[in-house]
Amino acid sequence: MSAPPVMDVDAVLDTAKILVCCGSGGVGKTTTAAALALRAAERGRRTVVLTIDPARRLAQSMGLTELDNTPRTVAGADTAAGGSLDAMMLDMKRTFDDIVLAHADGAKAQAIFENPFYQALSSSFAGTQEYMAMEKLGQLKATGDYDLIVVDTPPTRSALDFLDAPERLTTFLDGRMIRILLAPAKAGGKAYFKVVTTGFTVFTSVITRIIGAQVLQDVSQFVGSLETMFGGFRERAQGTYDLLKAPGTAFVVVAAPERDALREAAYFVERLAEESMPLAGLVVNRVHRSGTAVLTPERALAGAQSLDEQGGHELTAAVLRLHADRVSLAARERRLQERFCGAHPGVPVVEVAALPGDVHDLDGLRAVGEDLASGVAAAVPA
Amino acid sequence: MSDFADVRLHVVTGKGGTGKTTVAAALALALASGGRRVLLAEVEGRQGIAQLFDTPPLPYAERRVAVAPGGGEVHALAIDPEDALLDYLHMFYKLSPTGVAARSLRRMGAIEFATTVAPGLRDVLLTGKVKEAVVRAVKGRPVYDAVVLDGPPTGRIVRFLNISSEMGGLAKVGPLKTQSDGVMAVLRSPQTAVHLCTLLEEMPVQETIDGVAELQAVGLPVGGVVVNAVRAPVLPATQLAAAERGELDHELLADGLLKAGVDASDALVRALAAEAGDHATRVGLEERGRDALAALDRPSYELPLLTDTVDLGGLYELAGSLRAQGMA
Repeated sequence: MSAPPVMDVDAVLDTAKILVCCGSGGVGKTTTAAALALRAAERGRRTVVLTIDPARRLAQSMGLTELDNTPRTVAGADTAAGGSLDAMMLDMKRTFDDIVLAHADGAKAQAIFENPFYQALSSSFAGTQEYMAMEKLGQLKATGDYDLIVVDTPPTRSALDFLDAPERLTTFLDGRMIRILLAPAKAGGKAYFKVVTTGFTVFTSVITRIIGAQVLQDVSQFVGSLETMFGGFRERAQGTYDLLKAPGTAFVVVAAPERDALREAAYFVERLAEESMPLAGLVVNRVHRSGTAVLTPERALAGAQSLDEQGGHELTAAVLRLHADRVSLAARERRLQERFCGAHPGVPVVEVAALPGDVHDLDGLRAVGEDLASGVAAAVPA
Repeated sequence: MSDFADVRLHVVTGKGGTGKTTVAAALALALASGGRRVLLAEVEGRQGIAQLFDTPPLPYAERRVAVAPGGGEVHALAIDPEDALLDYLHMFYKLSPTGVAARSLRRMGAIEFATTVAPGLRDVLLTGKVKEAVVRAVKGRPVYDAVVLDGPPTGRIVRFLNISSEMGGLAKVGPLKTQSDGVMAVLRSPQTAVHLCTLLEEMPVQETIDGVAELQAVGLPVGGVVVNAVRAPVLPATQLAAAERGELDHELLADGLLKAGVDASDALVRALAAEAGDHATRVGLEERGRDALAALDRPSYELPLLTDTVDLGGLYELAGSLRAQGMA
């Protein structure tokens, strides 16, 4: 099988305007996004990284001590080449509040904020986080302050959620239910139960019995007060969606060399192709490599066994066993990766070596960046 | 004797990627051993159980997925919020799920709307179905001896289980309130235990510690901590510190390699010593993780790393290990 193309990370970092890092949870997406952003900044670009939920120590190392929804300069990034690095953590609720404020006047905005359904929707609607990440991306783009925006996507169960969420929210707002609920709100609330359609009669009689008239009233009022903003929502969702297809945007799919993570990555790569969205490549994180290919696992294990039989040399026997485990693991990871590359032959790939511990400072991020740019992919298995 | 003999609802949570579904399935098998009947439920629409047991996607119906050692049975159910709502309407309002009213609600998008507009409502429906399975009885005998829920990840588990506070703002009185109070009573009772699954890595350990504190803060019963994918240290304990500092005796290694019949070039010795150093660093980090978890003072269980993809044989092995350690 021919080797997959190697992802030229530096070329991407030097030319892209927006980089979106996607992948399933637990594969090191946030670290990858931060490492890419730091490297781009130190190569001379004015860069901002938008993170969703960074590990505490990584956040601290980037100066992200509070969630204030504003980009802050990361002290310690080397700006000699003329670039800079800002970082921010997404505050989902505040971003949503800002949209409401942009579309509604004071009193109306206040009424929306106080509605219990707005509180539920803005803090935990499935997809709000993704939608707000997109919204924030659009805002950062609009400032014109940055050459490159690196976006870390929310830790969803499926990487695809990120692409689907804005549409889900707008479909929801365009839904038939919303229109039905709007009718009585327009009629002034009192006329609520007089609206006569067969479906609606069934609906009200069942729903009021189950959830109570008060809840229905709240929903109805909420939908009514949001109505003026629907157009804005739709326009914004479309705008950010277009941004993702615009020239200069590239997606980086992050995975670990494990079956589930690579399967998610495969879904995502296929979906990007369907949507004609540009894929920069696949980053395979946490890859185990062996420092030496000359000693096969079989020979290492045979050697360890021979030492056990002779007695003594416990250390060497243990070291040989470790080596055998590591080479076998590397081979397993390689097979999984080859399966992915076989099914997606054109996708550029780059590997990042597994580290014994987590990354929590700029030096660690810099090292990951070096590894990303060193262009190691599909090395010959031992 | 099991550490959780009185528990009938086991909720398994954990950071993404820590093997939550595998642990939940192994626990279900362990609980079913010796002729008991256990339900394994999932709520995230991932079909993780079907993948693990290598069966077709689960419908909204309980079906047997495995037989436990000694004749027990594990049944599985993927709970879907829309079906749970129709189920709820059927149970409490005699509304047939296939009747005119239900069809009309569905057609209007009311079912989807109801389960989308308020995530708290969706959670009440999901946990409500779990509770129903826990308390379901035929002729005074519980249908299931235990229910294991493959729950949402640690970051969402408190919000998911603490439904009365989620619903508090939305429904202050009425049938929904009554329903959520009933569910909450079971979740807060000694019949329930929330287990946390982790790896011995920094972020999952930290999430576990935070998760325990958050669960306790809202009065949800914390069960055990399951440390998944544990690898036994390979290096002799006396050599770990030297290996981590990169100070292993290269001559001693070379000497051993010659005795083992392996050509001991300098390059090979250096590479092997570096691999041993990585291993020692990891073991050191794992020890720190273990200490941090021990400070939680919760019953703790360790499951070995399975080298190949987890299959049914692997699940039986993990279930046996959980039983041996007293979790089931």
